[in-house]
Amino acid sequence: MDNILIKKEKNPLKTTLHTVYYIIVFGLIFWGFSGIEYKGIMQTAASSMRALWQGFVHPDLVYATNSTIDGLPYAILETIAIAISGTFVSAIISIPFALLASQNIVGQKVSKIGKLIVTMIRTFPELILALIFISVVGPGAPAGILALGIHSIGMLAKLFSESIESMDLGVKEALESCGGNYFEVLFRAVLPQVSPELISYTLYRFEINMRAASTLGLVGAGGIGAPLIFAIRSRSWPRAAIIIIVLIITVTIIDQISGRIRKKLV
Amino acid sequence: MVKFVNVSKTYPNGVEALKNINLEIYEGEFVAIIGLSGAGKSTLLRLINKLIESTGGEVFFDEESVTKAKGKALINIRRQIGMIFQGFNIVKRMSVLSNVLSGRVAYNPTWKTILGLFPEEDKQIAYRALKRVDILEKVHNRASNLSGGQQQRVAIARALAQEPKMMLADEPVASLDPITTVQVMDYLKKINEEDGITTVANLHHVDLAWKYATRVVGVREGKVVYDVMLKDMKKSLFYNDLEKVYGRPIQHDEILGDE
Amino acid sequence: MQKLIVPKPKRLRKYSLIMLVAFMILGSAWFAGFNIIEVLVNLFKGGRLLGRMFFPPNFAYIPRIIDPMLETIQMALVGTFLGAIVALPTAVLAANNFIKTKWLHVPLRLILNVFRTIPAMVLASLFVAIFGLGAFSGVVALAIFTFGLISKLTFETIEAIDYGQVEALMSLGANKMNILRYAIMPQILPQYTSYTIYGFEVNIRAAAVLGWVGAGGIGQTLEYNLAWRQFDNVGTIIIFSFAIVLVIDLVSAAIRKRLV
Repeated sequence: MDNILIKKEKNPLKTTLHTVYYIIVFGLIFWGFSGIEYKGIMQTAASSMRALWQGFVHPDLVYATNSTIDGLPYAILETIAIAISGTFVSAIISIPFALLASQNIVGQKVSKIGKLIVTMIRTFPELILALIFISVVGPGAPAGILALGIHSIGMLAKLFSESIESMDLGVKEALESCGGNYFEVLFRAVLPQVSPELISYTLYRFEINMRAASTLGLVGAGGIGAPLIFAIRSRSWPRAAIIIIVLIITVTIIDQISGRIRKKLV
Repeated sequence: MVKFVNVSKTYPNGVEALKNINLEIYEGEFVAIIGLSGAGKSTLLRLINKLIESTGGEVFFDEESVTKAKGKALINIRRQIGMIFQGFNIVKRMSVLSNVLSGRVAYNPTWKTILGLFPEEDKQIAYRALKRVDILEKVHNRASNLSGGQQQRVAIARALAQEPKMMLADEPVASLDPITTVQVMDYLKKINEEDGITTVANLHHVDLAWKYATRVVGVREGKVVYDVMLKDMKKSLFYNDLEKVYGRPIQHDEILGDE
Repeated sequence: MQKLIVPKPKRLRKYSLIMLVAFMILGSAWFAGFNIIEVLVNLFKGGRLLGRMFFPPNFAYIPRIIDPMLETIQMALVGTFLGAIVALPTAVLAANNFIKTKWLHVPLRLILNVFRTIPAMVLASLFVAIFGLGAFSGVVALAIFTFGLISKLTFETIEAIDYGQVEALMSLGANKMNILRYAIMPQILPQYTSYTIYGFEVNIRAAAVLGWVGAGGIGQTLEYNLAWRQFDNVGTIIIFSFAIVLVIDLVSAAIRKRLV
């Protein structure tokens, strides 16, 4: 019996295209590696890591139980406060931005501009924003709140507008037919329809902002960031360790709670 | 009550939904609009309260031009016209009461309606509307907890709360089972006869048109091809006539009950 | 007309919830010392600062930015690559529908969680303290963060696959490696690639600021200029990085659309 010979049709264009893709990708990665200096890892790296490990094994519990303004609990609370306030401010302000970016509310042209503005806000580095606000209201938590608040609009407005664009327009039609004006349609039809999703997205952003808030302290915008970076830079590993541990625990707990609430919403 | 004068509607994608419609709807009538899907029924209905704008001609409501109406004038026209939809369009997360009170938005200042501060009188109107469709006991329930038929009744109540002169119904029973369909149509007929609310309904099932309407308007390819009062018609003649509207004998799925 | 009276059910739970949330928000604002009036009053200062940054930005500075910018991109590329490579096998191990040993999942997911929870900046400064200044520390930080991110997204995808294909292979006697290759990989590869590209998007932004703590890239240039109050240079840097990020976003969004 003769063997059946079936040749798979090779689409030459497709294979060349794929090869080109692979070459580009690997080329990029290779180029990437070539640009990073691997100056012989610091001699002290090994001993630093050992010291770091020691810090984790014997964390600075004194700092952790210091309930004054210099202590860890206060700093963590401040971080949480920054995240809550910043997220809340952002959620409210994001709604008009989201409407401006939603095709089914303001039409094609305006929504494109709206989307661009939102993207621009999203790309503006939080750190710079924090610095700008520090020069405005001085160092400390309020600057962090403003920075987070404004930057979060980038993400929230985008997600909100995606919700709005995918919602069922019927309810909007119904309220218009009753004789509702723009605001009445907004508050009695559009927003109630999308509010579970909006709340869910806000909580999600809150989780992210907890992490961001701890970073902003770096530049002086309040929260746990500053003490943490000081500890790291001065190689006070026990203190750095306890901060990191408490930070991880706090963020994880918040993530869990937030995750459960979000599941119940949708 | 409603007058279409040379009304046309061409959509931006080139589709000519309505061509030169001349039609008058009189007070107290129960008009059923029938025709194939895509014949222009929904467009026709939405031109009455300007949810869609015409591209030619003029629509009048109570001698006032709907086509030219804007802003406050348009709102005043719309609040006199209640509308129910195939998808009910009830805000599921709000209570039944809240949904019905939405019918009163045009009668109250905006800041009050946004905050939900409706006067007691409006609440009474809402309660009475709900009572007329026998669903008052659900007044504080969340709308999502209701069945389809119940939600449509809430929608009717919302329209009733407007204290309207006219009721538009866009395929109001297309999403309902046969028994609930009869229920809802009965309510529409009841408020038409008892409250004198002129009713215009798009219907997919022609036997419903026969059973409930006083007048049948047939739309085909954007034109009105049939317009009769049902008072003195014989059923068999009616069904024969419908070939004009559908271009073919009536099919099974266009009849709801047993024939 | 007779007045209808309808009894209203107790809405205690809903209102107390709203009160609680309001309390938390206001309490936070108070705790953080947030005074809205002060903020609004001082907004002008911010405006002035923005003016010094962007009107006009110092375009002559652009040649000096190119190298750091390239370094930033390289950091993001390598960090994403490394993180993604390690993430794939880890995700396979962490998924609860492939290898079903519980004592593997729990600790693995815990570690992943830790990596995702520590802000990239903190990781970066840690590595700077250990490995010294420069892009290397940044790359390690990004790789770890990316690893956590992609692992999580990927194992969730693995858990959501059509298990039928796995069962089909199991029933004909395929071993785990075969199942992996023929049932799982084909289903998750597009998503995985999409996540990797998304990771790159995130990393390019992160890499831009990691330099702040000394981890290389444009962030260091930024910090330098801010410290010396060369705001017009800062403006240039921001605009330039914005442009790059925008381009990368558009390209990657286009690629991701064609993948999934």
